[in-house]
Amino acid sequence: MIKIKDLKAEIEGKQILNGLNLEVNPGEVHAIMGPNGSGKSTLANVLAGNEGYEVTGGNVTFFGKDLLEMAPEDRAREGLFLAFQYPIEIPGVSNSTFLKTAINEIRKYKGEPEITAKEFLQLMREKSEILGMTDSLINRSVNTGFSGGEKKRNEIFQLLMMNPKLALLDETDSGLDIDALKIVSKGVNEFRSNDNAVIVVTHYQRLLNYIVPDFVHVLYKGRIIKSGTKELALELEEKGYDWVTNGELQETAV
Amino acid sequence: MAINKEFESAKNWYINNYKEFSAGLNGLSKSFFTPLRENAIKDLGKLGFPTTKNEEWRYTNISPLLKNNFIPAAASREISLHFEDIKNKLFTGFEHHLLVFINGIFSEELSSVSNIPSGVIVDSFGKLLRNNPEVIEKYIDNFNNVQTAFDALNTAYTTDGLVVIVPDGKVIDKPVQALYLNGDDENNVLISPRNLVIVGKNSHASVVTVYEPGAEQKYFTNITTNIFVDENGNLDLYKIQNESEDSYHIEKVDAVQNKQSVFSHYNILFGGGLVRNDINTAMNDEFIETNYYGLYLGNNKQHIDNHTFVDHAMPNCVSNELYKGILDDKAHGVFNGKIMVRKDAQKTNAYQSNKTVLLSKEATIDTKPQLEIFADDVKCSHGATIGHLDDEAYFYIRSRGIPAELAKSILIRAFANDVVEKIKIDGLKEQINHLIFEHLHRIEI
Ligand SMILES: Nc1ncnc2c1ncn2[C@@H]1O[C@H](COP(=O)(O)OP(=O)(O)OP(=O)(O)O)[C@@H](O)[C@H]1O
Ligand SMILES: [Mg+2]
Repeated sequence: MIKIKDLKAEIEGKQILNGLNLEVNPGEVHAIMGPNGSGKSTLANVLAGNEGYEVTGGNVTFFGKDLLEMAPEDRAREGLFLAFQYPIEIPGVSNSTFLKTAINEIRKYKGEPEITAKEFLQLMREKSEILGMTDSLINRSVNTGFSGGEKKRNEIFQLLMMNPKLALLDETDSGLDIDALKIVSKGVNEFRSNDNAVIVVTHYQRLLNYIVPDFVHVLYKGRIIKSGTKELALELEEKGYDWVTNGELQETAV
Repeated sequence: MAINKEFESAKNWYINNYKEFSAGLNGLSKSFFTPLRENAIKDLGKLGFPTTKNEEWRYTNISPLLKNNFIPAAASREISLHFEDIKNKLFTGFEHHLLVFINGIFSEELSSVSNIPSGVIVDSFGKLLRNNPEVIEKYIDNFNNVQTAFDALNTAYTTDGLVVIVPDGKVIDKPVQALYLNGDDENNVLISPRNLVIVGKNSHASVVTVYEPGAEQKYFTNITTNIFVDENGNLDLYKIQNESEDSYHIEKVDAVQNKQSVFSHYNILFGGGLVRNDINTAMNDEFIETNYYGLYLGNNKQHIDNHTFVDHAMPNCVSNELYKGILDDKAHGVFNGKIMVRKDAQKTNAYQSNKTVLLSKEATIDTKPQLEIFADDVKCSHGATIGHLDDEAYFYIRSRGIPAELAKSILIRAFANDVVEKIKIDGLKEQINHLIFEHLHRIEI
């Protein structure tokens, strides 16, 4: 589905991604862990097309197409979705107007007819129920005045409404209480299928008890320095990052 | 020197025209107002039009305006229109009393005012001056303080305008909408509306003034608006200025408030080539609340200048000011927000914010808060920001599949929202949102 090869990127002249490789296939869940500042959000933003980051090397294909050539809106239309670490507030534009606009723009791109008011309402009802979201939250302006946890939940609501091919979740679990964590995980599991994929960025193994990954990667200084299965997350929880990064330091020293 | 000559000759044009104008006043000439006109002409001679050397006019050069010899509209020809011609200029979607003015002159046929509570006056300034001048005389006397050349010009040449007088303890059931349709296809006209809104003790009123173009020719709308809100009274005054980009638009609002009254002014600006608003409120007593909300949109070469002034003369009053601007192309904005807190005005709470978004590299804004505080126990805050649309928000919206242009519209809507939200008339709010996109030539969201 997505093939990332030797990806290099910088922000404000500072190199953040240093030759990152990753391949994700339909049906898979990949977890990316790594210390603060290692480049996890940078990876997510570069994939989603944030123009604040400059790609300086490598390439990414998404269903065979050159992802890095596309405008952010086209990446979304091709089926990529980023749940932001820090979702943005949009006062004056209701959640439903926003989502309807987004869905219809994607449909237009695919040459499909617009969603009818009835279909849309039904979809809203169905997806909000999964996440236990109240009507008032849905009718309010996008993220405006939402608590940290409500914003994260709203990102997952958008994910379910838009039903992309690849979901990038950037620390969707941070700031969530235990119940919200379960609800959000339920939402993500609801989304999962054999023909879509999920990349979860997280600091906590706990999330991975709910969203069980097929692979776990450690991102450090802009590269994936170790990959494994879900057991790797447990090991990291126990031993911290030193255990992997030390090896990396020795390697680079040689 | 060249500039002064131009300013002198413009002044002389309006002074010399006065004789002919006053000869044509007929029925209006015998009223109490005529001596005021004559004084105003003298004042105009003394004051002269302000140049950019005048601190209050530093960023607004009026010489393009003065280059035109505008003909006073009352002396111009009469224009008759049908309701069909004006229908699409009205704000609808809410019930209202309607007064229509063509080039500043009341049109009885196009207006509809019905079932007004007894004692309440919703009428034309010109009609009252002709038939019941005593009704407005005492109020006009209170406001007769010509301070600027434009004020003088209005007083000399006005023949009509909106009058709303709500006696003590009355409420007008629905908003009053005054539509000014400006411009003449044959002449470059000077339009001089005089608005008077008086809200008595414990009374309520909501007034919507709308300024729209009615012709292709250049014109100059020069308005004076006098407001008085008595004890415990409440007034919402909306101004929606959507004049043509070839026009000049100047308004001076003078408001006086008594104890515990609330006055909210909503200043929504879309059109006009050169626009200047002076909005002044004198707080005459304690526990007064004054709200200034402003939204100004500019494109092409529009020049939009807002000068606001809140005079905290007494203790325990609150003023709230939120002005937001969206400027595109080569538009130029000016914001000058003056807050005076006099020695006696302890426990004053004054808040001011001016935010401007520049959509192009060539759009500019000069913004200046002007705080003069002479009391020591006060809370005052002010802030001004100038920026571009937020990059992170822009990316967030596009990352949902929404194309760049539409994403910008969403950001514009979000930016304008806190001012638009303050509008209490729902039907009006919706149409303002719509006009924002129409004016900026952007896709509506
Ligand atoms: N706008 C920016 N300007 C300068 N440096 C930046 C900017 N954004 C990110 N960086 C830097 O890039 C590096 C990688 O940041 P990134 O947000 O990708 O880390 P992360 O792995 O997501 O961290 P965290 O776990 O704290 O979310 C950090 O050193 C950060 O300071
Ligand atoms: Mg991060």
